[in-house]
Amino acid sequence: MRFVDEFRDAAVIGKTAEEIRRLADPARQYRFMEVCGGHTHAIYRFGLKDLLPPSIELVHGPGCPVCVLPMGRIDDGLAMTAEEGVTFTAFGDMMRVPGTRGSPLEYKARGADVRIVYSPADALRLAEKNPDRHVMFFAIGFETTAPSTALTLMRAKARGIRNFSVFCNHVTIIPGIRAILDSPDMRIDAFLGPGHVSTVIGCRPYEWIARNEGKPIVVSGFEPLDILQSVLMLLRQLGDGECKVENQYKRVVPWDGNRAALAAIAEVFELRNYFEWRGMGFISQSALRIREKYADWDAERRFSVPGIRVTDPKAAQCGEVLKGVLKPAQCKLFANECTPERPVGALMVSSEGSCAAYFNYEHRKTLTQIAVPA
Amino acid sequence: MCLAIPAKIIAFAPGEESRAMVDVVGVRRYIDTGLLADDPPRAGDWVLVHVGFAMSKVSEAEALDQIRILNALGEDDAARQEAEGYGDRAELESS
Repeated sequence: MRFVDEFRDAAVIGKTAEEIRRLADPARQYRFMEVCGGHTHAIYRFGLKDLLPPSIELVHGPGCPVCVLPMGRIDDGLAMTAEEGVTFTAFGDMMRVPGTRGSPLEYKARGADVRIVYSPADALRLAEKNPDRHVMFFAIGFETTAPSTALTLMRAKARGIRNFSVFCNHVTIIPGIRAILDSPDMRIDAFLGPGHVSTVIGCRPYEWIARNEGKPIVVSGFEPLDILQSVLMLLRQLGDGECKVENQYKRVVPWDGNRAALAAIAEVFELRNYFEWRGMGFISQSALRIREKYADWDAERRFSVPGIRVTDPKAAQCGEVLKGVLKPAQCKLFANECTPERPVGALMVSSEGSCAAYFNYEHRKTLTQIAVPA
Repeated sequence: MCLAIPAKIIAFAPGEESRAMVDVVGVRRYIDTGLLADDPPRAGDWVLVHVGFAMSKVSEAEALDQIRILNALGEDDAARQEAEGYGDRAELESS
């Protein structure tokens, strides 16, 4: 209960945790997957695990865009910096992600024009201000981020800005969840649905999880109370023998999503036949590519993309951790070769990656306890 | 990256109806409100911003809650840095 006390609703949190303990059947084991990396971060940061009875296990899902991006795509994107006059732009999260020959920041140190942008719109503005350069934006993210890239491309086309392109690595959440459910070594009882992805796609796309797979799912907010309430809602469904999609995050997530954002995605992108997810392999229809009518702004068409495939180091068990089969600390490299300072796998890079979250909040805590015996 | 940052809309850029000047955790910058075309926000409204785009309208109480959680998650500095555009802001917004 480390950070929870800071919240004015500490009393409500205590009551919710009590209700969870009352409802959870101690004779059974519950495995709930939080799909979104933002939830993973919040769960560790707030020490929510300590509030749950031992019968409830929170399993970390694949919802961290940096984490599921294969190293080959990073290499492909960075290969474009070798071309004369190209400026490589990406979000801050991408900058320390290792490629085969270094991270974007290391390329920058070696002289490549690499810049951090806060928004794809900033990358487009950079192109407008620097007509002698070609500005390439390395786009990543789930449906939360894809509409922003789409609208940026629509603006580039409308304004006739030709020295701008997007290297599209957007993925879609539903096929990722499907791949988890299809995985034979996976047993999940219910899901915490992603909050901000759902502001775009709404709650309907999850209905098959309840209907066909028989797993309850609750779309959840990010505050400690949100996450605990969502766990409680899942327990209630399981206790009552129900199975449906519920929306705990109603104050932000509309049931039908954001039509304008979905329209922007549909205007600019189409589904790829398949796309590789790091640690999970190729998943069909799980990613977006730029439509023909925006071909002039598609970095994959404008540049020769080597199409590099890089196998992760054998010892790294990112895939198992990503699917929730292993806990971060069960990976052989965890805290040895692989740390947030020198990450081997992407789960250790992003603050939303389960390994980095586990390292920063659980592992460091343990180290402190060992170093300073109470 | 997937956390949304609450921002209050100060004013819209003249001649660009979906470009709004907002206050994001104490930093002023422009965002794009084009993804809220179905229900456009007005000056004084609060929105949740993700990578420079308004994703949803929220109440002031909800926005203040979100600021609280950013602080508690230790992400308020990151949010501020992002909003400041890592030093490119002045260059981007000049003229």
